[in-house]
Amino acid sequence: MSSVQIRDVRKSFGNFEVLHGVTVPIEDGQFVVLVGPSGCGKSTLLRMLAGLENITSGTISIGDRVVNNVQPKERDIAMVFQNYALYPHMTVADNMGFSLKLRNASADEINKRVKRAAEILALAPLLDRYPRQLSGGQRQRVAMGRAIVRDPQVFLFDEPLSNLDAKLRVAMRTEIKELHQRLKTTTVYVTHDQIEAMTMADKIVVMHDGIVEQMGTPLELYDKPDNQFVAGFIGSPAMNFLKGHVRVNGVATFEGPNGVKLPLKTAPAASDGRPAVYGVRPEHFTIADDGAEAEIVVVEPTGSETQVFAKIGGEQVVAVFRERHQFNPGDKIRLKPDPSLVHLFDDATGKRLNA
Amino acid sequence: MADVAIPRAKPQMSEDNAWTQLKHNRNWLGFWFMVPAMAFLIFFLAYPLGLGIWLSFTDTRIGRVGHFVATENYEWLWDDSIFWLSVFNTLLYTFVASALKFAIGLYLALLLNENMPFKAMLRAMVLIPFIVPTVLSALAFWWIFDSQFSIISWSLRHLGLIDQNINFLGDTTWARICVIFANIWRGVPFVAITLLAGLQTVSPSLYEAATLDGATRWQNFRYITYPLLTPIIAVVMTFSVLFTFTDFQLIWAMTRGGPVNATHLMATLSYQRAIIAGQLGEGAAISSAMIPFLLAAIMVSWFGLQRRKWQQGENND
Repeated sequence: MSSVQIRDVRKSFGNFEVLHGVTVPIEDGQFVVLVGPSGCGKSTLLRMLAGLENITSGTISIGDRVVNNVQPKERDIAMVFQNYALYPHMTVADNMGFSLKLRNASADEINKRVKRAAEILALAPLLDRYPRQLSGGQRQRVAMGRAIVRDPQVFLFDEPLSNLDAKLRVAMRTEIKELHQRLKTTTVYVTHDQIEAMTMADKIVVMHDGIVEQMGTPLELYDKPDNQFVAGFIGSPAMNFLKGHVRVNGVATFEGPNGVKLPLKTAPAASDGRPAVYGVRPEHFTIADDGAEAEIVVVEPTGSETQVFAKIGGEQVVAVFRERHQFNPGDKIRLKPDPSLVHLFDDATGKRLNA
Repeated sequence: MADVAIPRAKPQMSEDNAWTQLKHNRNWLGFWFMVPAMAFLIFFLAYPLGLGIWLSFTDTRIGRVGHFVATENYEWLWDDSIFWLSVFNTLLYTFVASALKFAIGLYLALLLNENMPFKAMLRAMVLIPFIVPTVLSALAFWWIFDSQFSIISWSLRHLGLIDQNINFLGDTTWARICVIFANIWRGVPFVAITLLAGLQTVSPSLYEAATLDGATRWQNFRYITYPLLTPIIAVVMTFSVLFTFTDFQLIWAMTRGGPVNATHLMATLSYQRAIIAGQLGEGAAISSAMIPFLLAAIMVSWFGLQRRKWQQGENND
């Protein structure tokens, strides 16, 4: 186990820079999730950490050692690939023991460690099978087994669940998290799925276009997104954004599209008339008489909650209610955002304006 | 619903004739689709093969219908030292040329699989020996190895390495080396390009995984590339061995089996006896004698080609 320091790392392919100076400190034993839309550079960063890509500038250290010029095999890391990269011509046991075999470990030693890893992952009955004979979830576990057997300083996961069906994905999510709690190995996990990030991470690093937009614990990011990108990326259904202006006439309010008045707890200093984006999460709407008028477009009951798509001032928003309201399309309701949970972003830069 | 459907179906059934049956019976339809392919195979493969084997049991000559002589041709061949020399030559030629074609082809394939500038052009260039008609390349080699005008002898002489021309195609050992060299030159592209195609089916992430597991480049080849390539190697080498064993054009254009029969292969000897000398029966017997060898080669590859255990099982991809 080791800490990992990524300091001002840049990566260019030819003249095209894909990472513009990324700094991510990772503590010993932490589960860090790099999340972002495709093309944000998260996988490239992971591959640089693994040593599969060169580092254009900046440093990456594992433990106390700068590994920029260290061969992948000497970095003492293990990686789980998106397509698992299981060796098709080797049995599960051989797949898992391959790295030990290359290090000239004794047959007994390999056997012992493979068995132990197989027990942790419930793979013991499958040890003699070939990858083709396994289901997707089993292959996924073998890929993890191959990593565990090595007992590395750092685990790297590159979108390991994206090839699984939805139900299995949820199950494996829990399994990976459980495994981390048990082994406490420093883990860097790449995904584009914010739910995976939210549920698994000790620390989330949100990346976008080659920069780190924000990092923090899942709930920090959820409750206090630094900018509009993070606000929109984290949370499902996504946060509603309404464009308009801040008004301070004794009380702070927000003038939304078509003059709709929306409540603000406090306005940023000297901000009367400032163009801004008003952000409110779907679950922070309540139905109240002093709310903004909204016309219902679609109602989607999911059982545990009801998602209501409605138009406020001509703009569509989504609200989520735990109660089972009886709404029909076309109904007029009054939606009131909770002013203490409202987010305000700068219209031009997307930066957070309220505290 | 069912009450309505049943009475309607009945009158149709009674109108059945051969044509509708043909249209509806999938087995008949399948048979008709197979007929053209079957006809080709029968007329152009099975019939000539059968005729060749039949001829080998007769004393047919050009211009004279033969009589059945049972195994007399084979008994003659059994005591024919030239025939046994041609068997030895064929085995030597096949074994040495195939082994070297495999080694060089694999090397080239691995090289061309690397990322390098002008990759596409280099890959295309490797194919050149393959696209030149065999006889033309054989004629070129004939000149290259000519006793008087050989460019090799000329170059070596001017470098001061030899005093007089090497008699490439006149010396038994040199002649064998030369025809094997020409065969390798011609056969390498096929092996290289096919193995390259095989290499490209290996997922790059396997190499990345192996690299992280601590494999050196040699271990990457030994434990990942080679085992995954074995099915393709089996196919390529079967074809390579079959083509080399039955080679005729190169030898005939370069040496006609000489000097002193040192480069006579079974195919060239068969041609010489059957067509040049007119002894169709004896020539056919030599050709037929190749069959056991070829069958053996096919058996080896048949076992080699059987799906390995790791290729079996259901595919969930």
